[in-house]
Amino acid sequence: MPEILIISGKGGTGKTSITGALAHLAKNKIICDLDVDAPDLHLLLAPQAIQVHDFYSGNEAIIDPELCTYCGLCQEKCRFEAIIEDGEAYRVDPLKCEGCKLCVSLCPAEAIAFPQRHCGTWQVSDTRMGPMVHAQLFPGQENSGRLVALLRQHARELAQEKGYELILSDGPPGIGCPVISSMSGTDLAVLVTEPTPSGRHDLERVLELCRHFKVPAGVIINKCDINAEQSRSLADYCAREGLELFAELPFDPAMVQAMVRGQVITEYQKDGLAGELARAWEKIMQTAERKKAA
Amino acid sequence: MILAVASGKGGTGKTTVSASLASVWPTPVIAVDLDVEEPNLHLFLRPEIQGSEKAYMEVPLADEDKCTACGACSDICQFKAISLLGDVLITFPEMCHGCGACLEVCPAGALTPDRRELGEVSWGQAGKMGFFMGRLRVGEAMSPPLMRFVRAKAAKLATASAADMIVDCPPGVSCPAVNAVMDADVILLVTEPTPFGLYDFRLAHEAFAPMNKPMAAVINRAGLGDDEVQRYCRRHDLPILAEIPYDREVAQAYSQGQIVAQATPALKVAFEDLAAQVRCVGPNSPCEAAHA
Ligand code: SF4
Ligand code: SF4
Ligand code: SF4
Ligand code: SF4
Repeated sequence: MPEILIISGKGGTGKTSITGALAHLAKNKIICDLDVDAPDLHLLLAPQAIQVHDFYSGNEAIIDPELCTYCGLCQEKCRFEAIIEDGEAYRVDPLKCEGCKLCVSLCPAEAIAFPQRHCGTWQVSDTRMGPMVHAQLFPGQENSGRLVALLRQHARELAQEKGYELILSDGPPGIGCPVISSMSGTDLAVLVTEPTPSGRHDLERVLELCRHFKVPAGVIINKCDINAEQSRSLADYCAREGLELFAELPFDPAMVQAMVRGQVITEYQKDGLAGELARAWEKIMQTAERKKAA
Repeated sequence: MILAVASGKGGTGKTTVSASLASVWPTPVIAVDLDVEEPNLHLFLRPEIQGSEKAYMEVPLADEDKCTACGACSDICQFKAISLLGDVLITFPEMCHGCGACLEVCPAGALTPDRRELGEVSWGQAGKMGFFMGRLRVGEAMSPPLMRFVRAKAAKLATASAADMIVDCPPGVSCPAVNAVMDADVILLVTEPTPFGLYDFRLAHEAFAPMNKPMAAVINRAGLGDDEVQRYCRRHDLPILAEIPYDREVAQAYSQGQIVAQATPALKVAFEDLAAQVRCVGPNSPCEAAHA
């Protein structure tokens, strides 16, 4: 059961629209949206929730003003400047609290409670393209690698149980904790990039990360005709680095038009981008299976 | 003033807007790239880098000889960064949040501060404007501590030179993004008029609204999708300060690493106007002075 992850280092390259199309083309798979901070795939796939779960992670400090003796020790020791002196009282700024428990253990009045932090929800849904596992963090929460890991774990169990043959994930942006968490055990990362200076820069950084974690990678260049010269240089870069180039897709407003209708591009049109994506998907599957076997 | 340029998501044109605004800002300004995972602002501003410094986080170092294996440190550590296996103490510096709790509770004085490299802050000059950026070490998972470091350094210079700060924030609405806008006087949300754009914009608006800071929107690639974002702004009294039309020429200028405000005279005027409006929203507004 290969696991394929679509990432781009950064948002806005068309990663989610492409993932949606690939999800439409792929057979017998589970779809995962691992961008738990700003998930968008559900806007294309219109999932119907089957199960919804709360996600708790870590704890947060809460000061009971009745018990607090205003000694100020917690404020002095908190390294995250999370404890605010509010007139006569001390309180914890939940946005700054890291949940380290230092203040709880130091408070001489035992005035600080340390409940679990409710960070968001995750769910298993039905879509017209198959089952989907996805989540939404509440704003301001730590963009949790743990939630990403939980989604992947659940997708794997579901795949085992129900005999699905593929896990296709829309990855988180960036190169931080959530992406790192989305990589372990992935058979192939598809890096979506665009011919801009930032596209190139982000591609190099995310590729470095793939190599660090020994995840095989290939590339899709999106909006390749925005800058033909940059596109060529990106293609050369891929050749030099031994990265398979799965597709070079021209910019097409149809991608946005499809999105406005809540469709993926391969539902919206038969040829053009849709045809190119179908060919790309064949290459991706072949590569993933080869890497899996190796 | 500190202006935070944020977006619910990457790729909406946040860096374009930051670079363009900084390039037309009428008074001294420092451009700060707090998107430390994927800093891109320098690709457009092309600053001359004048210095850099590594940033570190404090992590504990254990002295086996002093450790009595009492377990107090591993009991308090919420991040599994220090643990007792039998009576051998093992630290995992990569997991450490640098909270100092273990150092505080160790009864044997067996822990001393060591450090882990988070990344690098560098600074310089792009024409008349000052420039700061952070770059997270690849493999480092925690960006907020590095962001705090970059911001503190930039803020020091801003205060000393009476400059405004334009902060290019990390994308998203999770902890790094919220961290980046926390100190801002004004938040400018960059979005695009598509269903994805609207969904992420709404998340960002809901995330930042409780901070009660002046907020406004810039719509990038206007005309590409639908007008639901505009409607949302009207419903929620969010002023739209600028709409940058989707234009192949603009996209091309961007792809060549140009500052779009400098690509066409019309866009330059649009960004000058945007800068003037933003400055009116902020504290010590030059507009209030004019009215008074
Ligand atoms: S340490 Fe406890 S008693 Fe002292 S100020 Fe903090 S909460 Fe109040
Ligand atoms: S739990 Fe840690 S971060 Fe939170 S308020 Fe207490 S000392 Fe500060
Ligand atoms: S400093 Fe805090 S996070 Fe780091 S090991 Fe000590 S208790 Fe754990
Ligand atoms: S608290 Fe100090 S003495 Fe106790 S196990 Fe930890 S390092 Fe050793």
